Amino acid sequence: MTNPMNPDEMHALVDRLQPEAQQRAIETLALTDPQAAESLRSWIRQRAGLRELHRDVLDEPIPASLLRAAGRFSAMQQHMNTGWRQSGIAASVVLAFGVGWISHGELVANPAPSAILAKAMAQHEFVRQASFAFAVYMPEKRHPVEVTAAEQDHLVQWLSKRLGRPLKVPDLSAQGYELVGGRLLPSEMGARAQFMFQNGEGQRITLYLGAVDKKTDKVDQGETGFRYESDGPVSSFYWFDQGFGCALSGQINREKLIALATLVYQQL
Amino acid sequence: MNRQPIIAHLPGLRRYARVLTGDIWAADDLVQDTLERACSRWRLWLAGTDLRAWLFTLMHNVFISQVRQGLTRAKLVPTVDLEDVEHELRAPDASINFAIDLQRCLLRLPDDQRAVLLLVTMEEMSYEEVSKVTGVPIGTVMSRLSRARGRMRELLDEPKERPVATETGSTAQRSAPVLRRMK
Repeated sequence: MTNPMNPDEMHALVDRLQPEAQQRAIETLALTDPQAAESLRSWIRQRAGLRELHRDVLDEPIPASLLRAAGRFSAMQQHMNTGWRQSGIAASVVLAFGVGWISHGELVANPAPSAILAKAMAQHEFVRQASFAFAVYMPEKRHPVEVTAAEQDHLVQWLSKRLGRPLKVPDLSAQGYELVGGRLLPSEMGARAQFMFQNGEGQRITLYLGAVDKKTDKVDQGETGFRYESDGPVSSFYWFDQGFGCALSGQINREKLIALATLVYQQL
Repeated sequence: MNRQPIIAHLPGLRRYARVLTGDIWAADDLVQDTLERACSRWRLWLAGTDLRAWLFTLMHNVFISQVRQGLTRAKLVPTVDLEDVEHELRAPDASINFAIDLQRCLLRLPDDQRAVLLLVTMEEMSYEEVSKVTGVPIGTVMSRLSRARGRMRELLDEPKERPVATETGSTAQRSAPVLRRMK
């Protein structure tokens, strides 16, 4: 891996990867481009410092004038939503609710711990299923996929339809992997898709995609950074965006897997 | 997507404004102006869309227009409230110094670069979100981010003792934070 990193990739590494993955990527990069590696270290320090700046402000009581302005905004929204008759009541409820919240300090900025836990468990379950699906189909000789790469257009259309969102097959040829094909898989949260790729040595990796939560459109899920998890011999890099998860799994080392995951992330 | 009520976003907006302006009073003025604008334009916000992104967009526009009119000027000398740093004084010196250095260097970045850097790091927005909030193409976001990070590195690496050049000449005092009791 001697190809130099472009600035966009460097920023993505600083802003999107987990610390362990960053360290490994930097150590690798330091061998070929020590200056770039040093920039990355400096940027990571900056980012860590900036994220801590004035964290104390988050816990400060909010000035009354700001609360009043926010209350007016909420009242207007409620007005629109509930109509004239109930608007007065709605506005006062919103205000009371808002003030109650403020006294809870941290809760203002963060969702309830139970919601965080539920989300973390759903995400963990997602990556566990991804590595299961890898372990089951990876060794398969005759039927590793349902639809082969020869019918790629059909495959993508079919899986997009079943998952209810447009999917894309990333091009991993830069890392020597070609698409074998894909299949549809069941889960409690509905349909999931698995794409399988293989390199010249017959080594296989899978990309597992699907919704993490049935209520995704009602819950703030945001975007997460890359995460790494290994389940026995199978390792996965995974991330979530708006309640939709992607996991890249394989029996290969972290450096190779992260290079591949980066390629996938950039293309999806 | 963000479904929290507007009040839930106030702590985050205040903190962002605080770091962006480097001044406790200017920050709350900026948040106040942002909320006033939200009230006057509430019809433009589509219920169900990302309220946080919309508020940050309003705040960015308010900030940039104030900067252009010369109403808000990021302070080159961050004021440090003694009561604010009291709890930090027990922490290792290095981290306080680094925080003070960061704030000092941030305020010497051009306003648009500082905004992009803070939205990406402190607010953890994706580059696309930052592009929407600041109203510039993603390529511009990336180049501002590159310049901001490069410049921050230079500023942070400058020897602290040496007076550093500012737009209005240079004095050693200007680069040191002023301790001031404000409450």
